[in-house]
This record gives sequence, C-alpha cells and structure tokens, in this order.
Amino acid sequence: MTTALALQYLVAGLTYGTIYAVVGIGFNIIYNTTGIINFAQGEFVMLGGMTAASLHRLLPLPLAVLGAVALTTLVGAAVELTFIRWLRRPSVLRMIIVTIGVSILLREAALHLWGEGVRSLPYFTGDEVTALELGGARVSPQVLWSLATCGAVVVALQLFFHRTRTGREMRACAANREAAALCGLATRDLVTLSFALSAGIGALAGCVVSPITYTRYDIGASLALKGFTVAILGGLGNAGGAVAAGFLLGTLEAFSIAVLPAAYKDVLAIAILLLILFLRPSGLFGDRELARLGAS
Amino acid sequence: MRSLSPLPLLLALLAGAAPARAVEPVKLGALLSVTGPAAFLGGPEQKTLELAVDDLNARGGLAGRPVQLLVKDTGGSPEKAVSLAKQLIEEDQVFAIIGPSTSGEAMAVKALAERSGTLLLSCAAAEVIVKPVARWVFKTPQNDGDAAAMIFEHLKGQGITRVALLSSNTGFGKAGKDQLEKAAPAHGLQVVLSETYDKAATDLTAEVTKVKASGAQALVNWSIEPAQAIVVKNVRQLGLGIPVYQSHGFGNIQYVKAAGPAAEGVIFPAGRLLVAESLPAANPQRALLLAYKHAYEARYHEEASTFGGHAYDALLILQQGVKVGGLDRARVRAAIEATRGLVGTAGIFNFSPTDHGGLDASAFLLLTVKDGKFVPLAK
Repeated sequence: MTTALALQYLVAGLTYGTIYAVVGIGFNIIYNTTGIINFAQGEFVMLGGMTAASLHRLLPLPLAVLGAVALTTLVGAAVELTFIRWLRRPSVLRMIIVTIGVSILLREAALHLWGEGVRSLPYFTGDEVTALELGGARVSPQVLWSLATCGAVVVALQLFFHRTRTGREMRACAANREAAALCGLATRDLVTLSFALSAGIGALAGCVVSPITYTRYDIGASLALKGFTVAILGGLGNAGGAVAAGFLLGTLEAFSIAVLPAAYKDVLAIAILLLILFLRPSGLFGDRELARLGAS
Repeated sequence: MRSLSPLPLLLALLAGAAPARAVEPVKLGALLSVTGPAAFLGGPEQKTLELAVDDLNARGGLAGRPVQLLVKDTGGSPEKAVSLAKQLIEEDQVFAIIGPSTSGEAMAVKALAERSGTLLLSCAAAEVIVKPVARWVFKTPQNDGDAAAMIFEHLKGQGITRVALLSSNTGFGKAGKDQLEKAAPAHGLQVVLSETYDKAATDLTAEVTKVKASGAQALVNWSIEPAQAIVVKNVRQLGLGIPVYQSHGFGNIQYVKAAGPAAEGVIFPAGRLLVAESLPAANPQRALLLAYKHAYEARYHEEASTFGGHAYDALLILQQGVKVGGLDRARVRAAIEATRGLVGTAGIFNFSPTDHGGLDASAFLLLTVKDGKFVPLAK
C-alpha cells in the first residue's frame, strides 16, 4: 500500500470516526446526570438535521443550524418534562424503557411531518465535489467541520462538567441521586437540563453530519447504534473518551476494508467492541467507580 | 302507539337494505415498503396506486365492481412482508397482491403466493423472482440481467476492460452483483473488485479508496438506497475520474438532487418515463407515459419516478387480465400469461408461460445526468 493510499484510508477512518464521535458525545450528558442510556439520542440527531434542512429554506445556514439546535433543545426538555419527571420511582430500567418509547414516537412524528424522503443541509464549505488535498489524500471540508465541532463540544463539556457549579451538580446527581437531593440539589431540574443539553448537542451533530450522510426520519437508529458503541467503548460519561473511541473504531473499520472484504467491516468492529468490554467493562477511558455506580 | 315514530323504522330499513344494494368491492392488496430504507420505491408506488385505483373506480372499477385498495407497509423488511402477506391472503382474502417493492421481500413472499394461489404482481426487479417461472408470480420492472448487459456493452464501446463493482447488502444488490459477475467475462470485462456495503451506509470513502487502489477503469454501483448518492459524492471527493454507472435503481430524481454536482455524468439504464417529453411522437409509450407523469405530478407535486410506474404497470396488467378472464383467479392468471403487446410505463409487455417478466432489453434506454436532469445518453 502506498503512503497516499494509506493516508486516504486514514481519512476515511477519520470521516467514519467523526460521525460516530459527534453522535456518541450526546449519550454522555444524560448518562452523567441520570446514569441511563438515552435510546432516543439518535432521534435528537435526526430532528436536528431535519429541522435545520427545513429552516434553511427560509433562513441562512448559520441561523438554520442555531434554530434547529434551539428547537431540538426544547424538544429534549419537553421529553423529560412530559415522560420522565412524573415517574414515581425513576429507576434506571424504567427511564431507559421510556426513552425507547420516546424514540419510536419521535421517529413516527418525523415521518408524518417530513415524509420518507432524504434531506440534507448544503455543504458548509464548497459542495458535494469539493475536497482538500492533504499529502496525496483528499478530504471533504465537511469532515473538517465535523472534526472541529467534535473538538469544540468536548472542550465545552469538559469545562462545563468540571468547572461550573451546575456541571458538578449534574455529576453529583448521577453519582447518587438521593444524596444529591439530600444536599439540597434540585435533581429533577438537573435531569431536565441534561435532556435539553443532550438534545441540543445531538441536533448540532445532526446538522454537521447531514451533508455527508443525508438525513431521513429513520436515520436515528443507525447513527445511534455506532454512536452508542463508541460511547461505551470510550467509557460512558467521558466525552473525550467517546471521541477517541470514535476515531479508533472508524480507523479500524477503514483499514479492515483495505485488507478484508468490505462486508466484514461491522463484524470486525463488533468483535473488537466485545473483546474490549470483556477485558475492560468500563470502557477504554471509563471511570470504573462511575461505571459501577451507574450500573447500580 | 303514537310513540312509534316512522324515523327509526326508516333508518332500520335503510341500514338493512344498503349492504344488499351496494356491490361488494374487489379487494386488492398492496405490499409496499412505504417507509424504511427502500421508501424511495414504496412511497411513489403507494401514491401511484392510490391515484390509479381512484381513477379506475371512477371508470367503473374491475368487472363492474369497485376496487378497495389495502396498502400494507412492510418497512422494507422481508420478515414483515411475509406476515403482512399472510394477513392479506388469509384474513382479507384479497383478489391479488401488488408488490413487494424490494427483491428480498418478493423472494420471501413468493412461496406464500404459490401455495395459496394468489396473484402476485411484483414491483421488484431481480430476475430470480420470475426465473424459474412461478405459476402465480409476475413482475413489472425490467430485468437486471438486461441492465447489466446494457452497461457492459457501453463499457466495451468505451474500450474499458477492468471494472469495479459495489453493491448493497439487499436482495436487489445481491441479485445485481451475481448478474454482473456472471455477465462480465462474456463482454470481455475483468471484475477487479467486487464489494458489498451495508444498506444503511452513511459514508463510503473507504470502499471508494479500495476502488481507487484496484486500478479499475470504471465503477458500477448496484443499490436502491441513498448510498447511490453517497457513492458518487465520495468518488468525486477522492478525485477519481473514472466513469460511474448505476443500476436502474437510480431512476429517482431525488438521488440526483441529493448528490448535487457529483451526480453529473452518472450513466444508468432506465425505462423511458424519465425522458418521456423528449421521446418522438411516434413512440408507442409516449402518450401513456405523459398521461401518468402529468396525473402523478399534478396530484402529488413531486416528480414521477420509474418505481411508481412499476405499480402502475402492475394494475394495468391486472386490469387486462380481468378484462379477458373476469373475476376468476385462474382465468386471470392464464389471461395475463397470454398478454402480448401491452403498453406500460416500463416497456411493452409480452408475457408467456415461460416468461413472467414480459420485458426485454428494448425496455431500457441508457440515461445520464446533465445539469441536474436526466437526459438520454448521446450515442
């Protein structure tokens, strides 16, 4: 394999990785407050992309993205206020089942609202054929936009969860909800906030990846599957871990295509995931203590 | 007895009399993937059937009885198609079934139609659906073997000898891959790479990199999903200058819109519907194609696609069968088998006991994309 070709596979891996990572990050926020996996995260990603594509008919691109993020954030908050907040005993299992129900609800609502066709935002820079030359390999500028979004969101979340009071309160809420409530934290509001934040970040992911992947009412499940995989692989609750795991998985997939028939791509990815979880149940970069608490 | 008003009596009379006077409708089942990854097929098919059945009922229905259309959404899943087909056959006892939309589903429900003696008019394209011939199963789209041959003939004309194949992991992709691999040597072509990708693929950069590494002079992609648009984007982003050929599954302008400038120059075989306006006045299909296209576009405000046409043809064939054989399943089946020279949207149908597809390579035309529109490929 020539260097240029190897570099091109690396770019392919980067493209896959950035899609997985930017979707995977969203899983961590709700996990960080409630200890649950939000199975409607993929639908937040879909809603972001679809709403932005619709808004873009009337508004310039940056405003359409902002509008979509804002609207999806509201949907996220509404989901929590309507379905989660009133659970008498909000056990992890119950909340997870509620999110599965919500994912079906959002998907069907999107089907009624937008129909079955594919939509997408235009490429943020250039168009469908634009590519930048990097040492013999070529990369679409949209991949760089997704990368930058990943980076910005990870840094922002890191600061939020470790430097701000609200962020620390949200983590306390995940570690032990009853103790957090006893300390006077408004745990219910924190959970609402986490759903809103998670939906907003999902929507942003949906906007930046939509020119690459397109978006359709039912794309949530397939995006969420890989996003979920990298969130687990990176260690739940760790946004930076999800990004690193995303690139790891994406690169592995791309190079597996180079040497094996492409049909084996997912087999390899899932085999590695199982192996890692077998050896390190809390993920590559996961906090064992947090994982134990989350599971309890 | 004053309290006995005549009104309830009248109502009771009416209620009792109404079913006796109304003609029992003919139930027509439709198994379509209205949602899911193959929604591009099932969506237009459902819309077309609703339009065509309304039109048929306005003209008196089938053999003087109104048609009741029962659309079942399979979501593109063969398992779901089987259980919905059972429902249509056993519970609803439909006269005939139009669909399924995808080849994988059609293969899955084929046995059910055969066992129960229910006419199945497939809107899915793979040749294996009617080869070997199944007594009760017919199909309306053109043959994938003819599509493959047409593409390869064109490649040969360009002096190309090394070709790469990509296909999706669906019934349609698999059938196309088999046809292409089988037909290549006969056309003097060498398949240097043949890869399968997931039907829900969101990016194909690595697959396209492998095509680049293979040294292929042309790429043939075989799928029906949005991956068709993704693959041409990735080819152009990688600066791969080789010609890209697609299957007849590319015949929906939405894919061209989705791929933007990357779709320019893609070559694919398709029925004449997409270029109906530019057909010569003497073309026997022209009048029918324009009538269908205008009716569809007036009602749904979106461009007609060849897929909706497959459902239109299925209903047309059924009408022809009923016209000759009445509302008797066995006689309708025999009448369809004997149908010759029936003008449809996909081509001119000539069925026979050994051919339940009815179309040959002449139903296809090579098209290309120019300025975001489908145009016939200049010879």
